[in-house]
Amino acid sequence: MTARRLDKGGRIDRTRPVNFRWDGLTYRGYAGDTLASALMASGQTVLGRSFKYHRPRGIMSAGVEESGAIVSVGADARHEPNVKATMQELYDGLEAKGQNAWPNVRFDLGAVNGLFGRFFSAGFYYKTFMGLPPFEWGRGTGLWMQYEKLIRKAAGMGRASRAPDPDCYDHAHAFCDILVVGSGPAGLNAALTAAEAGRDVMLVEQDFELGGDYLNDPAAEADRAALVAAVERAGIRILTRTTAFGLYDGGVAGLVERVTDHLAAPDPHLPRQRFWTVRAGATVLATGALERSIAFANNDRPGVMTALAARSYLNRFGILPGQRIVIATTNDSAYGVAGDFAAAGAEVVLADARSDAASAPEGVSLRPGLAPLAVLGRRGVEGVRLAARSGAGWSEAAREDCDLLLVSGGWSPVVNLSSHRGAKPVWNAGLACFLAGPTEEPIHMAGSTDGVWNRDDCAASGVAAARRAMGEVAEAPAPGGWAHPIQPVYEVRLPGSKVKAFVDPQHDVTGDDVRLAHQEGFVSVEHLKRYTTLGMATDQGKMGNVIGLALMAEALGCEVPAVGTTRFRPPYTPVAIGALAGRNVAGHFKPLRRTPLHDWNLRHGATMTEAGLWQRTWYFARTRETIAEAYIREATTVRETVGICDVSSLGKIAVQGPDAAEFLNRVYTNAFSRLPVGRARYGIMLRDDGIVMDDGTTWRLGEADFLMTTTTTNAGKVMVWLEELLQTRWPDLRVHVTSVTDRWAGVSVAGPKAREAIAVCLDEGIDISNDALPFMGVAPVSLKGGVKGLIARISFSGELAYELYVPADQGEAMMDLLWPAAERLGGCLYGLEALGALRIEKGHVTGAELDGRMTIDDAGLGKMASTKKAFIGAALRQRPDLTRADRPRLVGIFPKDRRQSFNGGALLCATGKVAGFGDGWITAVTHSPALGHWIGLGYIAGGHEAWAGKAVTAADPVRRGNVEVEIVSPHMFDPEGVRMHG
Amino acid sequence: MLRIDCPFCGTRDHSEFSYGGDGSVTYPALDAPMQDWHDAVFLRENICGRQVETWHHVHGCRMWLMVERDTMTHEIFSTRPAHPGLASALEAAE
Repeated sequence: MTARRLDKGGRIDRTRPVNFRWDGLTYRGYAGDTLASALMASGQTVLGRSFKYHRPRGIMSAGVEESGAIVSVGADARHEPNVKATMQELYDGLEAKGQNAWPNVRFDLGAVNGLFGRFFSAGFYYKTFMGLPPFEWGRGTGLWMQYEKLIRKAAGMGRASRAPDPDCYDHAHAFCDILVVGSGPAGLNAALTAAEAGRDVMLVEQDFELGGDYLNDPAAEADRAALVAAVERAGIRILTRTTAFGLYDGGVAGLVERVTDHLAAPDPHLPRQRFWTVRAGATVLATGALERSIAFANNDRPGVMTALAARSYLNRFGILPGQRIVIATTNDSAYGVAGDFAAAGAEVVLADARSDAASAPEGVSLRPGLAPLAVLGRRGVEGVRLAARSGAGWSEAAREDCDLLLVSGGWSPVVNLSSHRGAKPVWNAGLACFLAGPTEEPIHMAGSTDGVWNRDDCAASGVAAARRAMGEVAEAPAPGGWAHPIQPVYEVRLPGSKVKAFVDPQHDVTGDDVRLAHQEGFVSVEHLKRYTTLGMATDQGKMGNVIGLALMAEALGCEVPAVGTTRFRPPYTPVAIGALAGRNVAGHFKPLRRTPLHDWNLRHGATMTEAGLWQRTWYFARTRETIAEAYIREATTVRETVGICDVSSLGKIAVQGPDAAEFLNRVYTNAFSRLPVGRARYGIMLRDDGIVMDDGTTWRLGEADFLMTTTTTNAGKVMVWLEELLQTRWPDLRVHVTSVTDRWAGVSVAGPKAREAIAVCLDEGIDISNDALPFMGVAPVSLKGGVKGLIARISFSGELAYELYVPADQGEAMMDLLWPAAERLGGCLYGLEALGALRIEKGHVTGAELDGRMTIDDAGLGKMASTKKAFIGAALRQRPDLTRADRPRLVGIFPKDRRQSFNGGALLCATGKVAGFGDGWITAVTHSPALGHWIGLGYIAGGHEAWAGKAVTAADPVRRGNVEVEIVSPHMFDPEGVRMHG
Repeated sequence: MLRIDCPFCGTRDHSEFSYGGDGSVTYPALDAPMQDWHDAVFLRENICGRQVETWHHVHGCRMWLMVERDTMTHEIFSTRPAHPGLASALEAAE
C-alpha cells in the first residue's frame, strides 16, 4: 500500500494541521481526520497485531466494524486499549500506540505463533493443556489454571490502565416522540419528515459529522448540506459522536455520547462521556449496512480493505490509499468505487465474480468471472491471485500486481438494534443478507438497514419510516436496487489447500476453524460462536458472522437460514464501564447518613465506622490508645460509672391511630394491646415464613400513639413491611406509620451512675427515680435550657440505662449538658465496639445473630412468642424442620484456656471431629472486661445444655488455627439482670 | 425499563418502585392452619403472560400498588392502589 494525501478534495481542513504521536513518534494530520486516516496518510500500514497469530494488521474499514487497526489511545490513567483507529477523531497531542505486540507492531516477536498456526486452531489450548498428561490425569484442571495465565498473556488485546479513572461521566435522561438512529440519506429524511409534522425528534449519529454515506460522495454534498440545514432549522435535537448501543423495553434506547474524547484540552467541567436513557414513542433505525469481505488466503494483509472504506478515505479524507488497485466484488456497489479511483488517477482492475456483470466505468479494466484467491506479499499487498469458478469450486485463473486490494463480498444491514428487541433477523437470499424480522414494537427500518441500496430509494425509505412511526400508512421502497443481482461469494479456495483465510479477523477465526467446529459436532450456530469465538468481543459479528454462517451451511449441506443466526445483544459497540457508573462512584456510590450528633462526636474524639449507610461512632481513643484498649476502657467505665453512646441511627417509626395497638399485636410475637401508656416493651417480629425479621423496643406514648424502634440496618425494611401489611392485608386497620428516624437525636446513657448523670441535666421537678421511671418506663422530659424530648429506661448493655431522645437540631445542646455531667462522675463516651462487648457479655442479639435464617427459638427468645394470640409467622414457625431439637441454639463461648482468644466466623466442632460444616458457628467475639477473658456468642446444635461438659473446638484453620472452647449459657454476665433493674 | 403509572404521582420510572410479589395471593387469617400459610407463602404460579403483582412506590408516595403486567412483554395494562378503600375512592372521584 502506497497511500498518499491528495492536494485537494475530502472534508479535512488542510489549513488546520494536527500533530499526534504514534508509537512515540510525531506525525501530522488535519482537522477532520480520524486516527486511521491520519496514519494512512502518514504511510503507516501495520497498525496492529492479531489476537492469536500476531499477524500484521492494517486498516480494514472506515468505521465501527474495524478489526485491524485496533490500538491503545491516551497515556497513564487515561490509557484506553482496543480503540478502533477508524472511530478515533484526531486531536492535537493525541497519543496512540500499537498493542498486542512486543517490541512493537512492526516487529513483533509474538509472530512466531504464526509459524505454528496449524496447531493453533479453534479449541487448541483447551484440548492441549486441559488435563495435560501425565500430570493432570485424574486430577481435574488444577494445572490448567496455571497454564491459562501464560496463555492469556500471549493472546489477547490491549491492557487497560490500572489507575482509577480520572474522568467523570454523566447520566442523562430524555424523552422524544421519535428517535432516529443514523443520519445518512434515510435518517436525515426520516428526522425531517417527523419534525415537519410537528413531532419532537431526536437524531443520533455515531460519527462526528451528519450525513452517513453522503460524506463519501462529493457529488452529493449539496444534497447533504441542504438536508442538514433543514434538520437543524426544524428544531430537532441532534446528538453527534453518540452511539445508540442498545434498545430496551418500553421504547428505551441507551446512548453513549462521547463529549470530550475528541478534544485536546477539554473543559474540566465537562464529562468525558454522557450516558443517555432516551424514551421514545417510536424509533426509526437508519443504521445503514456494513460491507463484508470474502474469506481467501491472507485476506487480512495490510492493504486489504472493504471497497467502501477505500472510497471513504479517498472522498472524505482526501487520501489515495493505493496506486495500483484491484477491486474484487460480487455486486454492483463497487462499480462506483472503481470509477472514483480511476478518476483520481489510480490504475484500477475490477474483478467481478459474476460473469454477466455490467459495463465498467471509464478507465477501469473489468475482469468478469474472477474472485480473489490469495494475497501476495507478507507485510503488505504486492499482488493478488485470482480464481475462476470450476465446477462446484474454484481454479486459479489469473494474477494481478497491485498495492491495494478492495473487497466487496456483499452488504450486511445493521439489524443489531432491532435484534436487541427480539426481532429475529430473516435471511434474504436474493440480496444475500439478513433483514430485520417482524416486531410488534414501534421500531421502523429505513434505508440500507432495510436492504435498500439505492440512495434515492433510501431517502424515500426514510420518509416512509417516519410516516409509519407517526402511525400513518406509508409504502416503502422494496429492498434491493442493484441493476444486476448479487452472486454471493463467501470463501474462495482451491480444493485441499491449507491456507489462512480469515472469517473473523479480530479473533483470528479462519474458514478451517469453522469446518473444524462442524467436524467436531458443533453444528448449532450458538456452539459455533463459542467454540471458535467467531463474532465475539468488540466485533459482535459485524465482519464475520454472515461468512461464518455461510461456511457452516455449506458444511452442513443446507442453506443459511437453516443454520440460523445468533441474537445480537447490546452493546452495539463497547461502552466504557465509567459511562455505566456515571457519577455513582466513590462517595456517591451510595447515600451517606450521619446522625445529628456526628460533628459533636468528631469534636470529642470519635473514630467512625460504617453501619449500613450510617456513619456511627466506633470508639473514642485517648492519646496513644489502640482500638482494643479504647473499647475495653469504655466498656469497663460503663459497668463502673456511666457512658454515653449515640444511638440516633436506630430506626424510629411512629405508629399511630385507633387500631395501632391491635396492629402491633399482630406484627410482634408478644402482646402489645395491654401495654400501658408510659411503658416500653421489647418486641420481636417474624416474617411470614416464621424466621426472625427484626427486634426493638416500642414505646406507648398515648392510647393511639406508639414509637417503634428498629435496628439500624433493618429500619427501611421494617417500614416497607408495615406499609405493605396496612395497605394490602389489613386495610381495615386505622393505623398510620411514619418514619421519624431523622427527627430525633438519641443517646443511650448507661451505667450505675446513669440516673445521677441525667438527673442534674433535667429541669427542676422532673423525677426519674426508680419509682417514677421504673425499668421500661417512658416519659416526656425537659432538659435545662428548654430542650424537650423523651426518656425511656431501656438497657442494651445490661446496666441501669436510659435512652434520651430530643429533636435532631437540639442534639448538640443535649450533649453539651449530658457529657459534662457524665464526665464529672468519671464517665466516658463509648462507641459500637464497646457496645458490642457489653451486649455480647449479656447475650443480647443483633444482626450477626438474627441473620435471616434463625427462628425466635434458635435465638433463645422462644418465650417471647405468645401462645394466646396469633401473629405474623405464628403458623410457619411451627414447621417441623424449624422445631427440631437439634436446631442451632444461641450459646455463649469461653476459651478453655482463659488466656486464649478466638475468632468470629470459626466453626464449632466436637473436639476430634473437625470436619464438614461442624455443629455450629461463632457469630461475635469480644474481650470481656467484666469477665477478664475472651468470650463469644454463636450457635450450636441443641444449645448449651446439649454440650455441657463436652469438649468443643472452634475450628479456624485458615486463620489462627483451632482453639479449644467451652459452650456456656449466652447470658454470660449478670444473668439475673440485677444491674439494669437497680 | 418499565414505566409505572402511579395513581398518586403519575407515570414514573420503575427505578422509583420496588417489586413486591404476587398480587393475587390472599393471605390466610393469622390463626389459620399451617398448610394454608404454607400454600400462601411458598406456592406461586410461574405465569407467562398477564399477572397481577404488587409494587411499592418506595421512592415516591410509598403507596403499594396492584400492577397488571405481561411477564413476557412487560406491557402494563392497569395500575391501582393495593388498598381497596383507596382504589374505590379514586374510582368514585373519576
